[in-house]
Amino acid sequence: MTGRSTNPTYAVEGHGLVKTFGDFRAVDGIDIAVPAGAIYGVLGPNGAGKTTTLRMLLGIIDPDEGHRTLLGSDRPLSVAAQVGYLPEERGLYPSMKAAEAIAFMGALRGLPLKIGRDRARAMMEAHGMADAADKKVRELSKGMAQTVQLFGTLVHEPRLIVLDEPFSGLDAINQGKLEALIREQARRGVTILFSTHVIAHAERLCERIAIIAGGRIRFEGTVGEARDRLRPQVRLSTRVSDGSWRRALPADTVAENGAWHFSLPEEGIEPLLRALIDGQAGIESLSIERPGLHDAFVAIAGEAAAQAMAGATSASEEDA
Amino acid sequence: MIGLLRAALVIARRDFTAVVFSRAFIFFLLGPMLPILLGLAFGGMGSRIASTDMRPVIGVALPVDQAEGMERAYLALARRPGAAPLPKLLRIPALSQPRAVLARPDAGVTVVLSGSLDRPELTGKADDIDRVGSDVALLAALARTGDAFRLTPVTRHEIAASASGEGQGREVVGRAAQLIIFLLTMLLAGMVLSNLVEEKTNKIIEILAAAVPVDAIFLGKLLAMLAMSFVGILFWTSGGFALLLLVAGPGAHLPAPAVGWPAFLILAILYFAMAYTLLGSLFLGIGGQASTVREVQTLSMPVTMGQMLVFFFATFAAEHPGGWAEMGARLFPFSSPFAMIASAAESPALWPHLLALGWQALWVALLIRAGVLMFRRHVLKSGGPRRRLFSRAKG
Repeated sequence: MTGRSTNPTYAVEGHGLVKTFGDFRAVDGIDIAVPAGAIYGVLGPNGAGKTTTLRMLLGIIDPDEGHRTLLGSDRPLSVAAQVGYLPEERGLYPSMKAAEAIAFMGALRGLPLKIGRDRARAMMEAHGMADAADKKVRELSKGMAQTVQLFGTLVHEPRLIVLDEPFSGLDAINQGKLEALIREQARRGVTILFSTHVIAHAERLCERIAIIAGGRIRFEGTVGEARDRLRPQVRLSTRVSDGSWRRALPADTVAENGAWHFSLPEEGIEPLLRALIDGQAGIESLSIERPGLHDAFVAIAGEAAAQAMAGATSASEEDA
Repeated sequence: MIGLLRAALVIARRDFTAVVFSRAFIFFLLGPMLPILLGLAFGGMGSRIASTDMRPVIGVALPVDQAEGMERAYLALARRPGAAPLPKLLRIPALSQPRAVLARPDAGVTVVLSGSLDRPELTGKADDIDRVGSDVALLAALARTGDAFRLTPVTRHEIAASASGEGQGREVVGRAAQLIIFLLTMLLAGMVLSNLVEEKTNKIIEILAAAVPVDAIFLGKLLAMLAMSFVGILFWTSGGFALLLLVAGPGAHLPAPAVGWPAFLILAILYFAMAYTLLGSLFLGIGGQASTVREVQTLSMPVTMGQMLVFFFATFAAEHPGGWAEMGARLFPFSSPFAMIASAAESPALWPHLLALGWQALWVALLIRAGVLMFRRHVLKSGGPRRRLFSRAKG
């Protein structure tokens, strides 16, 4: 091992990562590459292997097979000072004061304590939490404690931020704040890698995503590319229900609620339109809808994975 | 290596301040004082009981001149061996009937001596006569010599030091140091067992493991507990020293160990640190596998028994110098600090201590590494079968 990767384009790379716990193969040959400066989402239901993949990439655990580089190093902890990590299971020392906890997390990654304390107070003040700076963690609400931990992830101004299920347990307002914070960090050129089982977050935030199910990557690319996996869906309603124009409808057409539903043909909508007009079908409405990421996810990962995601999302919303 | 130490110090600082600036630490400091105070209290009570004069009393029913002779002999003997080993004498009328005297509850005598100095007669219970018979014979013999009895004069040849006497004194110092280090280690190292439970129950371990090598977590925790122990030791020794001055006075003299007091004290601190970190790293490795306080409590008993065995081995080795036991105790890492501090009291050579400290430090490193590998494998579920003990702290 050289300790350095030759490709500076990617902040995080993993090749052929495999991790087995007993008889369970949690991660089964994952390849991942996170471009520097991107917001990258790892999407998948609970138990898909997201957390294990992140842990391997960060060097918390070693892969059984494959190799990874983090900010160019194959020894992830050697670049820990440039990385911020918010684990899925939040943890802070309950007897520590909030500002001290943030400074401590910075100190773990090489930030001098004094600077960490000053930054911690400034961050808390900027987010309307100045009064909580000297409160012990055990005295904070769950949301505040999560925010403190998030500040601890950012206090040393990392180049790469890894967030494992960052939205879980947050209410809608705090989810919005977190999204804003992620965008702000990305504007500064920081690479963001986060895992989530909430498709809407990935759809709103991510430039690129990886969809994981059953320990394997089922898709890797932009959100647009994922959505492009499915043909746009056409919904057509006509005044006349039958005629020669029906021969021009694609083979996958189904009639539902008085309308025709079918995928947009490869050659486009124009030939069909021409047939509808020539056959005097009487077009009442015609809409072409690009599939959402959810539809793409169902198509890529399967209906079972999508249902698992939906279940986890509603449980998470109940927590918040 | 510098990064590892820096990270270890961050962990150590957090742990140290969390413990030392907590209310519980006051109880920790005062805890060992309680047995001492109880000991002093019960000791005082015991000494009061012991000081109650339970010696048998001999009623001396002899003619006046003979009774006075007995008293002079008593005083002569009491000057050297002291009065404590002798029964007490109480003069009673010479014509007293021994049986009648003993029948009176207020007579205050155990046996009655009658007859004469040439033919002393004792009346009393058989076991009481057994207890005082020889003493009466000795006193009577001495009384018979009268003024002719003289102590033989002794000529004095004074020397500055006695190797034989110092050897005994040094042995005592060595054993005392062994015992103190053992007690402190037993008292303090056990706490390391539960050290990782907080991180695991509060889910902090993942934050730590993502930021620093697990080796740094282990080392930091050991350093914190060692520093905390030194705070406790400083507190207790200050108290102990004050107590020593109070009890023994400022002129109290302890025999100097072979390496001299300054070197001995430094070695004692170093060997305590080694004994502590050796056991501590083992306990940290074992305790790291426990996920609840209950599991830690279950582990405490065999761990304490193990410590006792090590101490007994080191003590046995000190009692059998020059044999396999001594060498074994010096080489076996867990008994090595105890064996070596005893050696520092009795032998002036310093180089063996450098070797021993290096050897012990090597074992500390090995034990930490083994503990880290166990922790990564069983707790973090990381590391395949190919990971070696000496592989770099990857992450």
